Amino acid sequence: MLYAEFVGSHSEPVRNLVERGAVRRFAEAIADPSPLYVDEEVAVKSRYGNLLAPPTFPRTFDYGRIEGLDLPSAGLIHGEFRISYERPLLVGEELMCSMQLKDSYDKEGRRGLLGFLVFERTGESLDGERVFTTNDVVVVTEAVRRGIGV
Amino acid sequence: MSGAPHWSAGDELEERKLPPIDRMRLIKYAGASGDFNPIHLVDEAAADAGLPGIIAHGMVTVATMGLLFSPYLEYGYIKTFRSRFSGMVFLGDVLHVGGCVGSVEEPKEGRLYAFEVYARRDEDTVASGEVGFLVYEDQL
Repeated sequence: MLYAEFVGSHSEPVRNLVERGAVRRFAEAIADPSPLYVDEEVAVKSRYGNLLAPPTFPRTFDYGRIEGLDLPSAGLIHGEFRISYERPLLVGEELMCSMQLKDSYDKEGRRGLLGFLVFERTGESLDGERVFTTNDVVVVTEAVRRGIGV
Repeated sequence: MSGAPHWSAGDELEERKLPPIDRMRLIKYAGASGDFNPIHLVDEAAADAGLPGIIAHGMVTVATMGLLFSPYLEYGYIKTFRSRFSGMVFLGDVLHVGGCVGSVEEPKEGRLYAFEVYARRDEDTVASGEVGFLVYEDQL
């Protein structure tokens, strides 16, 4: 099991702003045409009364780092992404974001022993209300394991 | 009358064909997301990793599947989104994204549609997953 001693470890929460320009660039990068991400006038008149952030925007936040956990810089494979929201994310709000290594397990694959790391990231309002939770499964191949000597 | 969508189990979203993945898209996504992993941007880095060319960020494919729901944001929002990656996406690849309603639930906040979604290149599925789209109670 990779990084077993870090399972359950958290980062220190980091304060993040859902910044309007960052949302506009993100919506443009993913070619999402919804005016609710970029057009203030449309957004103010909508039920939200405010610009929204796209559902995968939380990828851009700083979640801090788990002390001592240094992943290899190359060769990791993103196996799965999951996000769940309590409510839509609004432009202009501030969130406290943190991450934890939730799980680590091994599986024998066709090309050798694969390591799976599950990271959970959360965003909470400054009042401590949960806004979203993400889970990412990162796959570490045997070649990468050999490279880091574990 | 509300223009809110009303779906039933088995209904399909119209499949969308996207423009070919080009380098500029990946550069923009890298800048917008902060993910500058060189296998998405630099030919030599992709070659060093044993790949035939640079590959798209998996999250570009996820965001692309999310586009299916952009027309409905006035009536609801993506409450849950899950994607499993099953294939690499290269420059020039043309993806089709689509989905269908698996089930419908009625929580107190509205109506929650559980969609099965996919992104495919020809017959190869590169990502598949589930989207829970909640239509607000006052839009029903």
